[in-house]
Amino acid sequence: MHVTFSAKELEFQEEVRTFFRDEYPDDIREIMDSGDELPPEMQIRWQKILYRRGWAATNWPVEYGGTGWSPVEKYIYAREEAHANAPLFIPFGMTMVAPVIYTYGSEEQKQRFLPDILASNVWWCQGYSEPGAGSDLASLKTRADLVGDHYVVNGTKTWTTLGQHADWIFCLVRTSSDVARRQEGISFLLIDMQTPGISVKPIILLDGKHEVNEIHFDNVEVPANNLVGEEGKGWTYGKVLLQHERTNSANTFRSQYRAKRLRIQASKSVRGAPPLESDGNFMRKLAAVEVELKGLEYTELRTLAAVASGKAPGPESSFLKIKGTEIVQAIDALYMEAAGYYSLPYRADPAVGEGSESLSSLHYFNHRKVTIFAGSNEIQKNIIAKHVLGL
Amino acid sequence: MDFSLNELQTMMADSVGKFIDNEYDFDTRQEYAGSERGFSDDVWKTFAELGWMAVPFAEEDGGLGGGPAEIMVLMQSLARGLVVEPYIANVILAGGILKRFANETQKEQWLHPMIAGELQATLAFNEPQARYELANVATTATQDSNHWVLNGRKGLVLNGGTSDLLLIPARTAGDIGDEHGITLFAVAADSDGLSCNAYATVDGLRAAEITLEGVRVSGDAVLGNVDEGYAALSATIDDATLAVCAEAVGIMYALKDKTVQYSKDRSQFGVPIGSFQALQHRMVDMLMACEQAQSLLMWAVMTNAEGSDESRRAVSAMKYMIGTAGQKLGEEAVQIHGGMGVTWELDVAHYFKRLTAICTLFGNADWHLDKLAT
Repeated sequence: MHVTFSAKELEFQEEVRTFFRDEYPDDIREIMDSGDELPPEMQIRWQKILYRRGWAATNWPVEYGGTGWSPVEKYIYAREEAHANAPLFIPFGMTMVAPVIYTYGSEEQKQRFLPDILASNVWWCQGYSEPGAGSDLASLKTRADLVGDHYVVNGTKTWTTLGQHADWIFCLVRTSSDVARRQEGISFLLIDMQTPGISVKPIILLDGKHEVNEIHFDNVEVPANNLVGEEGKGWTYGKVLLQHERTNSANTFRSQYRAKRLRIQASKSVRGAPPLESDGNFMRKLAAVEVELKGLEYTELRTLAAVASGKAPGPESSFLKIKGTEIVQAIDALYMEAAGYYSLPYRADPAVGEGSESLSSLHYFNHRKVTIFAGSNEIQKNIIAKHVLGL
Repeated sequence: MDFSLNELQTMMADSVGKFIDNEYDFDTRQEYAGSERGFSDDVWKTFAELGWMAVPFAEEDGGLGGGPAEIMVLMQSLARGLVVEPYIANVILAGGILKRFANETQKEQWLHPMIAGELQATLAFNEPQARYELANVATTATQDSNHWVLNGRKGLVLNGGTSDLLLIPARTAGDIGDEHGITLFAVAADSDGLSCNAYATVDGLRAAEITLEGVRVSGDAVLGNVDEGYAALSATIDDATLAVCAEAVGIMYALKDKTVQYSKDRSQFGVPIGSFQALQHRMVDMLMACEQAQSLLMWAVMTNAEGSDESRRAVSAMKYMIGTAGQKLGEEAVQIHGGMGVTWELDVAHYFKRLTAICTLFGNADWHLDKLAT
């Protein structure tokens, strides 16, 4: 029983660390460290730096341009990336639709879509949820009717993250209502956002940000060869994708980084006040979160060790999602508490408060979403109850 | 990176598992717990024969050279049987001091017979006024020519009533609370001036209040250097904390499994109660508590085996987790078992009580959280 890395793995860690030290642009780092939103231009610039280094597709097979890293190498990379506080890859193309395309797509689709995803030339968004289909995703109603050589799509998708910037959207659509189970008759369709009949309506979140959208499809004509895999099998493909999404949502390393920064912040005097570390209640709450986080780190390592020895990731991803998101929210609350009165100013111009104090409450509000999205934590508990406990 | 068990660990898990399955069912456990000594001397001999007592000791002392990982495996396996034999008192507590401090003569006299199961020993790490502070030692030892004279009281001495040998931390210098000035003495239980009020504890185990009034021991009774006993005392209590945490994790898994099974077997309103979402989510929480605790345990065991700077914090983190999530899991197990959960008849209540006792042993959740907060 040990968690030491091999010499080769340590060498790799050093290589990654050096890369983040030397190649991570200062202007992007500055915004990331301030806790503010990263402009899309900078996001893409960073993703292209990774592409040129050959490190864009950490989860893809080598034949499509993936890194071919072992699970341990991926782990090391993710940790270094988080501890450098570098931007996360926008997941919709790279980690969500691409695995579906290279697993179930046609040769033509692979050649047409994967290179642009790899090089961050095309921005993707996700069309799963609908106004009437949230946690109960299989009740989705957006229809795609085959007419000649194209589908005619009608319906509404919602909570489409960063859809305002997207060039393409991947959608779960209903191609047949005449089915025994609601999970049947759903298909996986790729749609060009420029197609006539698509309109994007912003949804403003409680922190005042335009992050998600509602997307309407009004007789949108989509070429039939944009269907991935078989018609009616979309649910199966979509589930594969969600498992990727959940494993990534543990956020362990980001949370470690934020907890560490909070401890440093607490050791300093702000505006002449005594350092927060003299407040026993605050420090006990922080310590309690750190304990949970350490547990999560080792739970993730145990999952990783199982995957490295050839086991498929299963419902553990639900566990990581629940714990990981609870911890994200707990840390948000502590940052807000640490800021005190200076958690209250709302985008004051010029800014007030030290560092990112006045953004702390906005993160707290914004991150209410993390226990809701990617299958709410209650849905994750249903999954564990069924598939692990056999209830 | 590797979380699998090595050959010795796998062998131990198998051998303890078989013993629990074949010779230590719940009724048998209850019989031993209710007996006069509170455990079975025959079982204790079996432990010795199977080599379990030898696990954490060096090979030259007749041990198996095991570390925290081996103790973890052993304790998790013993947990399932709610074993009442005094393993912690002898092997981890008394053994922890003896292996660190005993000279060759002392090892011959005390450690070797203890490993052979022929001598019962314990460590009196607590005093009535001390709560969880190890350095809060008011018991005094004063030198009288070649002898030492001990006066004071020791509280909740685990298996104190059946021990032949008591290891007593006593103050030889400094003030109450000072780490320096604590010396460890080996005192025979039948010494003049030593009295013992033995009792059962709520978890079915045994402890005692020990009073020392002018107890005279020779200079050979001193373990280690005079005034310098604290480090070994503290390291031994860390070992013991990890050991009971491993036991607690074993109990948590047992309670989780029993509760899930019960919810499938027990029907109300014409359906198994496990079909109710209100209960399903709580059982998922129990599972997650088990996994988080198991993860922390592995971290704590690995850091302690390496002797890293983090080992002290890892012990506190682990104990905090048991004291919060573990305690909660025990309460949930009882709640989901309904009326049956509050009966003496069902093993669930006894797992719960042992888990509760562990939450207090060697510092409760708040006490350990304070260590982590600073």
